[in-house]
This record gives sequence, structure tokens and C-alpha cells, in this order.
Amino acid sequence: MQLKAGTRLRSATDACEIVVVKAPAEPVDLRCGGHAFLAIDAEAAPQSIEPGFDQGTQLGKRYADDDLGLEVLCTKAGEGSISVGETILAVKGAKALPASD
Amino acid sequence: MNIAMLLEMAAEGDPERIVVGPHDGGLSAAELLERARRAAVFFEKSGADVVGYFGLNSDVLPVALFGAALAGIPFAPINYRAPDEQLTGILGRVAGGLQIADDDEVERLRACGAEHVITKDELASAIAQPVSGEHPFVDPEEIGVLLFTSGTTSEPKAAILRHRHLVSYIISSVEFMGCEPTEAQLICVPPYHIAGIAAVLSSLYAGRRIMYLPAFDAAEWVRTADEEKITHAMVVPTMLGRILQTIEDTGVEPAALRHLSYGGGRMPLELVERTLRDMPHVDLVNAYGLTETSSTIAMLTPDDHREANASEDPAVRARLGSVGRPLPSLEVEVRGEDEVALPPGEKGEIWVRGEQVAGEYVGRTTLTDEGWFRTRDAGWFDAHGFLYIDGRLDDVIVRGAENISPGEIEDVLMAHPAVTEAAVIGIPDAEWGEAVAAVIVLHAGQSAGEAELQDWVRGRLRSTKMPAVVDFRDELPYSPTGKLLRRVLRDELSVAHGGGAGAG
Repeated sequence: MQLKAGTRLRSATDACEIVVVKAPAEPVDLRCGGHAFLAIDAEAAPQSIEPGFDQGTQLGKRYADDDLGLEVLCTKAGEGSISVGETILAVKGAKALPASD
Repeated sequence: MNIAMLLEMAAEGDPERIVVGPHDGGLSAAELLERARRAAVFFEKSGADVVGYFGLNSDVLPVALFGAALAGIPFAPINYRAPDEQLTGILGRVAGGLQIADDDEVERLRACGAEHVITKDELASAIAQPVSGEHPFVDPEEIGVLLFTSGTTSEPKAAILRHRHLVSYIISSVEFMGCEPTEAQLICVPPYHIAGIAAVLSSLYAGRRIMYLPAFDAAEWVRTADEEKITHAMVVPTMLGRILQTIEDTGVEPAALRHLSYGGGRMPLELVERTLRDMPHVDLVNAYGLTETSSTIAMLTPDDHREANASEDPAVRARLGSVGRPLPSLEVEVRGEDEVALPPGEKGEIWVRGEQVAGEYVGRTTLTDEGWFRTRDAGWFDAHGFLYIDGRLDDVIVRGAENISPGEIEDVLMAHPAVTEAAVIGIPDAEWGEAVAAVIVLHAGQSAGEAELQDWVRGRLRSTKMPAVVDFRDELPYSPTGKLLRRVLRDELSVAHGGGAGAG
């Protein structure tokens, strides 16, 4: 699918929702639990999480593939893993900075 | 990806957590989201193209900020201390807006041209009932916040912060729900300052409760911080001095306080050292940021403070006067007049690039084609990447063909035992174009004359940097956000010295 920063998507397999923070110029096969993400308001019968794609997502974590220029933020947690094709995305290292504001 | 999403996430992650107001009786994340949703419907129906906020800090501010974001309408906190003429100018630029105002400001706002004014109580009644329905998708490119920058050197400019700038700043620098439920932040910076907006967003995302002081008052600050078990606060230099004095005078030290960040102006070294000595258990953060960069771009961390303070090495100790290192998500360079990056130790203009950097005003962007923002601040890096700020480039005094930056002369003057505050400015001069003038505040009970301070400077710097005029005052003029108002001093001294003819 062609992504755009700001686009909100929901998982076809679990409760996970994400927002695209950085989008590659080329379309990507972005999945959750092994099945393609859906538009946030899409109606579809739930599908089951594929084996090996069940590590879960955490609210507030960023998932990224720096080589692709892809970054998404989890806005609702779920049980499936976020992947591009078969490659599971890594949690972007949270640089916890001291409060400054 | 809009700033209201940050609130939605907090309400999803920990709906019961108290996020605004006192620990007992404050608003939970879920309640704040509900109020913001109702406010969004009200703002949409009002037809306003801007939601203005005119008045003191209050719990209405986050409701209005997130309500406007959900509705996709820019939020514009306006300086309630602006004189009528300036206010009329600002209101003219947000003419289609709805202004949320304190009761006693309604008449003044109308007189200055605001057509659509609502009090905080009227807003509360208007959003008393539940609403239904979905809010529109808000493009991250939409304007989140409009801020009229302080205008210490010129007319206020309307700085634009788009949703993507603010969200990028928060998600790259704050760990979601990363703090303990006992953490609470006291906000005393004015709502029309970038730090006031950033504090709401970063605290909420971190899960830290915010508590407002309507406006800064040192005694009230200490009392509230103590009673409300405040753990965190952000202050400007003038506030910190008064807070320390009040703690010393009353013997009341807020027991839960453990983190103070400061910024917004030049912090006297003496004050940093005093804070480290008087409150050794409190973490200090020096934050450097600008409206146009969605707040902080560099910080001196608590560990940096302690390491510098404990060091015998002058180069390490000097870091207490730096703003620390740039945030890892940003690029910061010091460049010369030829726009090429300078090596450590060389002074130039500070340039910054990154997702949080907006660098845009209504009607024009100032970013270069490569996305760099020129801060107009002068500074340099040391060999370890610590950034030092040397004032605004616009404050540089041009005496004859020589560029003189006030900071160096101010540092020398402040090192004089009788001097507590010093401001150095350029005033018109018939012979040199500009002459160096110093405005001095002496420590109570101490004395030093014009000739003595001139000799003091001449003994330490080049003779061209010696102030031609030394003026003594009881206090220096500062903006509420801690910025020295050099323009005020320049105007006053230029008149007092008859255009400076013959000086120098």
C-alpha cells in the first residue's frame, strides 16, 4: 500500500491501530499479525494472527525500518507483530530525555 | 497525526490517571478527552477559523488546545500583557477567530477589535452536555498552534507550528506514559509562550499531572509546589532567583520537588551554582529552544550539571554556562557568514534542521531549500559538542567597523563584586555609528562608579569594548518570559544621551 505521513490504519487481526509517522516514497506491504493493515474505518471480518507474527504491539512505541524510511506509532495495542512483508519491524530505541518544558 | 492524538493515546493507555489540576478533584485523561471532544463540536459550530486564548493560565487551556486540534482549527494563545495598540494589530490578524477570555478582559478585547468573545464560564456551560459523532481527519500539515513571537526587537510575528512539528517533537523526546503517577508539574510560564504549550503536550504524553499557577508569583509558587507535592517545574531565570530567595526567607522548601528545568534567557552562573548548592537533590536541566523549533533543541542534563559542578577542569566547569548538547533527533550547526559550518571554538550563527523545526511565519517560510532554520542566535560548540549561546545576532553592536557582542562585556561586568546584573547595548553615536553603553544593577549596599567599571572592562578587554556610558538602575526590564528587553533600554538611553553625539 502507498503510505502517507498522518495516515491512520487498523489491524485486520487484532485491536492494533497505528499512525504513519514517516512514509517511504514507494508502496510497502505493511502488515499486522501477518495480514495487511486496513484503512482505519474499513469494515472487514477479523482474520487470525499468523504463526510467528504474534509478538504483540505496545501503545506509544514507534516501529521502524530505517532503510525503508518507514516509521509508525502504535496508538492502540494488539497481539500481532507489525511487519513489512515477512520482516518484523523493530521497536525504535526510545531516547528517554529528561523533561525540559 | 495531530496533537489531539497524544491525548487520545493517554486516555487509551491510562484513562483514570489524573492529568490536569489538583490530585484530588483534577481531570483524568478520559475526562480531559471528553471535554476536548465537546469543545471541538462547539468550535466547529461557531464557524471560527482560529481559537484564541486570551488570559491567565487555567485548566481551560488544555481543553481549548485539544478541542481546537480535534476540530482542525488553529489554536492561538495571545499575550494578554500586550499594549492595546499591539493587541489591535494581533487581533486584526485573527479576525475570524473566537477568543476565549478572562471575564475582566472581555471589554478590552472588544475595544481592540475582537468580534467573537466568550468567557471561560460561558465555554464551560457550552460544553456541559455530551456530544456524539466523529471528528474530521486532521492532516498533519494543518496548523496546530499560532504563536505571536515576543518581538523584543521588532513587531510580533505570527509563528506557525503545524501538527507534524509538535507531534514529532513529543514522540521523539518523550517516553509515552514513562513517568510515575506521583509526578506533577507546576506550570507558571505564560500560555502564549512555546514552553507553555510544550509543557502541556510533553507532560500529558509522559503521564505527568499538570497544575497551573494563573501567573507567576514566587510565594504562591513555593506554597503550591509544597501543598500539591509538585515534582517538576520549568522556570525562567528571573523566576528561579525569586523562588530561591523565597525558600530562604520562609524556610519552606517544596519537599517533593526533584526536577527543575530552566531556559528562556541568560541564566547567571552564580544562580545555577546557588541552586546546585541549595538544592542538591533536585535535577537541573538547562533547555535551549525557540518558538520556531517547537521548543527544546539542546539541553544540559542533570548529569552534565553535576559533572561540571564537581570538576576542577575549567573547560568542564564552563559547561554550566552552556545549553548542553543538541537533541539526538536534530542536526545543529554553527555557521559563519559564508554559511559554511565552523569548527569547534569558532563563533557563528546557530542553524538547526529536523522534524520539529517549523521556521515558518504566516505568509512565508524561512527554511532554506535543504530545510535548515537560521536561529539568529550567535554561539559556538566546544570540542565535546556542548553548545554555548552568545546572544542574538541582532544585538551585536557595530562600533566603527568592529562587531562587538554584548555577552562578553556583560560577563566581565557581572564578574565585578559590586555588580549583580548587567546589560550592554549599542546606542546611536555620531562618530562611531554606535557606542557601547552598559546598564548596571548593583548588589544592595555596594557601590561602584562609572569610571571604576570602565577601568574594570578596559583592564580585561580591548579598549573599544569599554562602555562609553554607564547607567545605574534598581532593576532591568524583562519580558514575562525572562527575556531582557534590550530595545527598551536602547530607546531610553538613546534619548537620555541625546543620540549619543560626542560620546566615545
